[in-house]
Amino acid sequence: MNKLVAIAGGSTLVYAGLALLMGVLPGITLSQTPAGPGVNPLTLIEAEGRDVYVANGCSYCHTQQVRPLTQDKVFGRPSAPGDFAYQTPELLGSERTGPDLTNIGARQPSAVWQYIHLYNPRAVVPESIMPSFSWMFDVVDKAPAGITPVPLPKAYAPANGVVVPSSEAQALLAYLMSLKQTAWQENKTTAGTPPAPSERPATTSLAATQAPSAGASAPTISGYDAAKGKQLFSANCSVCHQETGEGLAGAFPPLKNNAVVNDANPGAHIHNVLFGLEGVPVDGVKYESAMPPFSTVLNDADIAAIVNYERSSWGNHGKLVTAQDVAAERAKGK
Amino acid sequence: MQPAAHPSSVLKQKDLELARVFAAYTISATAWLVFATFIGILLAYKFGAPDFGSGAWLTFGRLRPIHTNATFYGWASIALVGLAYYVAVRSCRTQLYSVRLAWVGLWLFNIAAIAGTIALDLGYNDGNLEYREWPWPIRLIFLSALLVTAWNLVGTVARRTTDDIYLSNWYTMGGVLWTCIIAVVAILPWYQYGLGQVAVSGYYMHNAVGMWFTPLALGIFYYALPKLLSRPIYSYALGVFAFWTNLVFYPIIGSHHFLFSPLPWWLQTTAIVFSVAMLVPVLGGSANFLLTMRGRFGQMRESYPLAFIFVGVIGYLVGSSQGTVEAFRSMQAVWHFTNYTVGHSHLTMYGFVNFAVWGCIYALLPAATGKYPGQAGLALHFWMALVGSFIYVLSLSIGGTIQGLNWIQGSPFIQSVVDMGPFHVWRGVGGILMFLSHVVFAWNVWCMTYGPSARAAPLVPALARDDTA
Repeated sequence: MNKLVAIAGGSTLVYAGLALLMGVLPGITLSQTPAGPGVNPLTLIEAEGRDVYVANGCSYCHTQQVRPLTQDKVFGRPSAPGDFAYQTPELLGSERTGPDLTNIGARQPSAVWQYIHLYNPRAVVPESIMPSFSWMFDVVDKAPAGITPVPLPKAYAPANGVVVPSSEAQALLAYLMSLKQTAWQENKTTAGTPPAPSERPATTSLAATQAPSAGASAPTISGYDAAKGKQLFSANCSVCHQETGEGLAGAFPPLKNNAVVNDANPGAHIHNVLFGLEGVPVDGVKYESAMPPFSTVLNDADIAAIVNYERSSWGNHGKLVTAQDVAAERAKGK
Repeated sequence: MQPAAHPSSVLKQKDLELARVFAAYTISATAWLVFATFIGILLAYKFGAPDFGSGAWLTFGRLRPIHTNATFYGWASIALVGLAYYVAVRSCRTQLYSVRLAWVGLWLFNIAAIAGTIALDLGYNDGNLEYREWPWPIRLIFLSALLVTAWNLVGTVARRTTDDIYLSNWYTMGGVLWTCIIAVVAILPWYQYGLGQVAVSGYYMHNAVGMWFTPLALGIFYYALPKLLSRPIYSYALGVFAFWTNLVFYPIIGSHHFLFSPLPWWLQTTAIVFSVAMLVPVLGGSANFLLTMRGRFGQMRESYPLAFIFVGVIGYLVGSSQGTVEAFRSMQAVWHFTNYTVGHSHLTMYGFVNFAVWGCIYALLPAATGKYPGQAGLALHFWMALVGSFIYVLSLSIGGTIQGLNWIQGSPFIQSVVDMGPFHVWRGVGGILMFLSHVVFAWNVWCMTYGPSARAAPLVPALARDDTA
């Protein structure tokens, strides 16, 4: 009998001690982590949206943790302990089959885009393998007052009627929009977040490039790093404006043959990329969706690369710009 | 060994009851395996055809936890408990403490797994916290099944007629008892807010695997391997050493699932240090098994059970060592969040645990029932499972590495999705082979229990109806 007590009882006692030490005690301590400045509890509808997110297992493909690594910078600043004070259940996730969503409310604030994407991701991102959540939408003859129908591209829209978000989709959208990082705080003292890595060096290819001569009527592609511009455009712009530059009719404006993009004065073009656009008609058409600002996400050289890519693609012939032009526009402010 | 020595009808009755319990656990587990891996195939298909089956009940995010939980708690748990009972009774030269409790446990395991599966499909998911997604009342049912099992297993060992407690029972009793604690820690809510819950998840995710499946699978190795080879384990002392080092090191490594997260940096570093320390019990255990087989590897040509166990040991060695390598920050910077980790989890759960379970079932179930599977069925199961899992793990390891390098290069995110395309296809190919092998396994289980035995049984067919009298 004594052997049994020693082996079964002894090992269980050892294990209980370790479970306390590695599971319960860190749990108790870290549960008291204070909320970071500006981190607020979820509203009722946002919490409902989080339930939808959990019920459908969104976090099996999307993380909500930004690591202090260079490759994670596209998703926001590194996550800090104070960010998670109101995040129960924790949805940090373990796989990035899809992109991180920590800051999606700031990175893609367009409700129109989010709805189209949820209804069928391939309507805006052809290569996407995310499931369609069309069951969270209703097809009705006429949208009820106060609800704007989702402007789906023809290929994805139902043959008859219009598509409107159900209360589930509305709650999910509210939750996604609530996922916004607060300004970076130095959290080194509160817990183990490592020192933030030094700023990613600006992509230098453009900064070194000379501005094309003022009189050039047809800009030369060789005047800037076209590959870099295309890559940045794909990463930041194409989900709305599409790789074809044609946008989505009724949802996102085309850049192809766009007056601002082809304007000899690039000021407005740069300004829109830096500070976003909302409620302003584009080439005479008014769009529901707001364009997010990129001034906080991208540096001057990157924005110049994007602007130049747009100005020289799809038959556009806009004057090319330099990082200095972007810096000047940035200095003017919104 | 016992029946021949004790021809009394009472003992025969007891043998029959044990055989029925063992058979029922195995059949039930096999049904879960086929179900869980069918869901796995469906999930793999969705990577290439995301619009296939796009309703709420068939959406990826609901099926994925159904696949993992059914594999863990339906298939592997039930199969291992059935084996643990049989090994306890035989190695202690005694009878089950309570046949009734064994049946109660089996029902509780199944009720929990069925209720959990339905709940997840209806969208009742307890927070997407991996491997504890079932709503907590259902996890309480699972906990009660564990408690019943622990009571019964310890009771059986307490009734042993041997003086010593054979090593297998250290591992199996320990595994069940520790997992009761894991389940309780996971359910209690008071220390699971925000980052606190992240710490508990780190602890839970790894312990639910490494303090449950690992000790049970190792425990049955220690019985089945000497049995198949008719020679004692190479070093009993090394087995005891691996037992205690595994117990002390393993519970500490969980946080390596959250490297670079906002969890305290020292907690992550501690997890990395002990992930390296895990090489001690892993190398000790694997060496012990391989040295037990020394000079007899050729026997695998005649004995598929031995071949299954050999692959299981190699799976344990390679999968666990890979886990140590993955735990380094430099490696995690590439592989974290990629499909590489999915490859790793299949190398360990499939290459190690599944092959261990299969080898031990093929080695022990015929001894209990007196009925044997056919050689063709064994061969088909073995080779399809081996080749299938090889393709599966390899494709996700290569694809996952490409994914991670893509991110480091700063390519647009969608590039990593596009580049995974061909590897998703290969994963599906491997998955289909794995699934087909499980169908063959189900047939083999049928042959070993209530179906047609493939060869004339050397023992009395214990499960034949007319034998009960």
